[in-house]
Amino acid sequence: MANTGWDEFEIGAMLRTFEGEAGDIAGTLQEDRHYTQNSSFTASVADWRLIKPVFNKDYCIDCQFCWVYCPDISIISRDKKMIGIDMDHCKGCGICVEVCPTNPKSLLMFPEQADEETEIARWPSKEEKEK
Amino acid sequence: MAFDKLELNEIEVWDGNYAAAQALRQAQVDVVSAYPITPSTAIVEGYAKFKSDNLVEGEFVMVESEHAAMSGCIGAAAAGGRVATATASQGLALMAETLYQASGMRLPIVLNIVNRALAAPLNVNCDHSDMYMVRDSGWIQFDAFSPQEAYDLNLIAFRVSEDHEVRLPAIVNQDGFLTSHTAQGVHTLSDDAAFNFVGEYKPMNDMLDFEHPVTHGVQTEEDWHFEHKARQHADTMNIVPGKIDEVFAEFEKLTGRKYNQVEKYNMDDADVAVVCMGTSVETAREVAGEMREKGIKAGVVGLRVVRPFPFMEIAETLKDVKAVAALDRSAPGGAAGMLFNEIAGSLFNTDSKMLLSGYIYGLGGRDLTKKHLVDLYTELQANADAGKLLTKQQQFIGVRGPKLAFL
Repeated sequence: MANTGWDEFEIGAMLRTFEGEAGDIAGTLQEDRHYTQNSSFTASVADWRLIKPVFNKDYCIDCQFCWVYCPDISIISRDKKMIGIDMDHCKGCGICVEVCPTNPKSLLMFPEQADEETEIARWPSKEEKEK
Repeated sequence: MAFDKLELNEIEVWDGNYAAAQALRQAQVDVVSAYPITPSTAIVEGYAKFKSDNLVEGEFVMVESEHAAMSGCIGAAAAGGRVATATASQGLALMAETLYQASGMRLPIVLNIVNRALAAPLNVNCDHSDMYMVRDSGWIQFDAFSPQEAYDLNLIAFRVSEDHEVRLPAIVNQDGFLTSHTAQGVHTLSDDAAFNFVGEYKPMNDMLDFEHPVTHGVQTEEDWHFEHKARQHADTMNIVPGKIDEVFAEFEKLTGRKYNQVEKYNMDDADVAVVCMGTSVETAREVAGEMREKGIKAGVVGLRVVRPFPFMEIAETLKDVKAVAALDRSAPGGAAGMLFNEIAGSLFNTDSKMLLSGYIYGLGGRDLTKKHLVDLYTELQANADAGKLLTKQQQFIGVRGPKLAFL
């Protein structure tokens, strides 16, 4: 796309999501879908991110809240089990952390350069309810 | 079909607004999303009446502003429908932002603009300020001089706009009140003939095609924005004029009514000419005829297509004329007037030795009388005889108080 000339674009600043027909999209995993090269699937927005979500599976109850609320479908979930985060399409909004209901939260935001394993090792402990 | 048809007489007495509404009905528009504004209200009012009388099958969407009206049209057009609406003046100003969305997304939409002055001071009467305001918005713009032409050009606009090579929205201008509220005899087409001319709408890349999902209105930034705009401009300059001529020719075959991008009157041997738009063309034609009897070879150029501007044809038409007046019906706001500039641009690199002067006239509904035009032709002839401009380049017609002239 980067070097495409003005006469090579489809008119109308329109993007096709899939190559050919869409078929059974709901039943097809993201990695198996025939995305076009110029769909947003191939466009990384990772460089927009200043803080990143870190996932700690020890506390996760697989409630799928983060998957439901993520505006960029960047939470990877398989068979209703949370697996991780699609770091190419996460732009670091932090909504997944807001909606995470566990105590302590199983998702937390850290600076982009933070080392994940170190942060997971120092994960905060359970918050006591104030009486 | 689920809706009823209307038996029209061969000639109906319609004003410009009703003629436009009838054209929208005959084109069987899928969605009209509109907000009423004087003097265009009667177009959508007429269409709504057709809807309530079961004469149209489409949807009529009532919205809370013109911005929403055009937004509704854009959504419906992107979804894959034939879409039209109408507006004027302040309403068009509120629509301006969305006009660029429509043309950039290459959505065929037909917009009727009933030309009216822009406030302040508030004024509901005709001038061309609103047409001028959106002239760079990437829409094709037709200009109707009479109710008949408002009817015909609406049908033509659908054909040009929806062509798969063009896919650009189109505006049909008519003069507020002068055309829109003046009833005249209009030669009609039968419902079937009109619909066959416009044709069944074939959407392209519509959002309701679930097998081939597409994203409309994407963000492009510096990576592709320029290329898309360049493509849009190239298509407007290269494809649209030919397509307009093609549809004009087809329309002539159907009705016998011949339209040209540049409407020439007595231009074959003219020494002096005025270039104007809208209802003024008719007045100018009459005066030009009278000037001929007095021995002044007067001609009139009416601009039928405002965008894409017919540069080549204007240059060809005016190349042997000695003095030309560009009549701009819009407050120039610190410039020479659009017609003046475009005509100058058409001729600058040609061999033409034409004397070009610009006149501002008719703002806010002020009449352009035959007397004004007689004086104007006389002045042009004097310029032509002297071989130079005897007055300043920009003047005003019919404004009270001391004479205004600039440049």
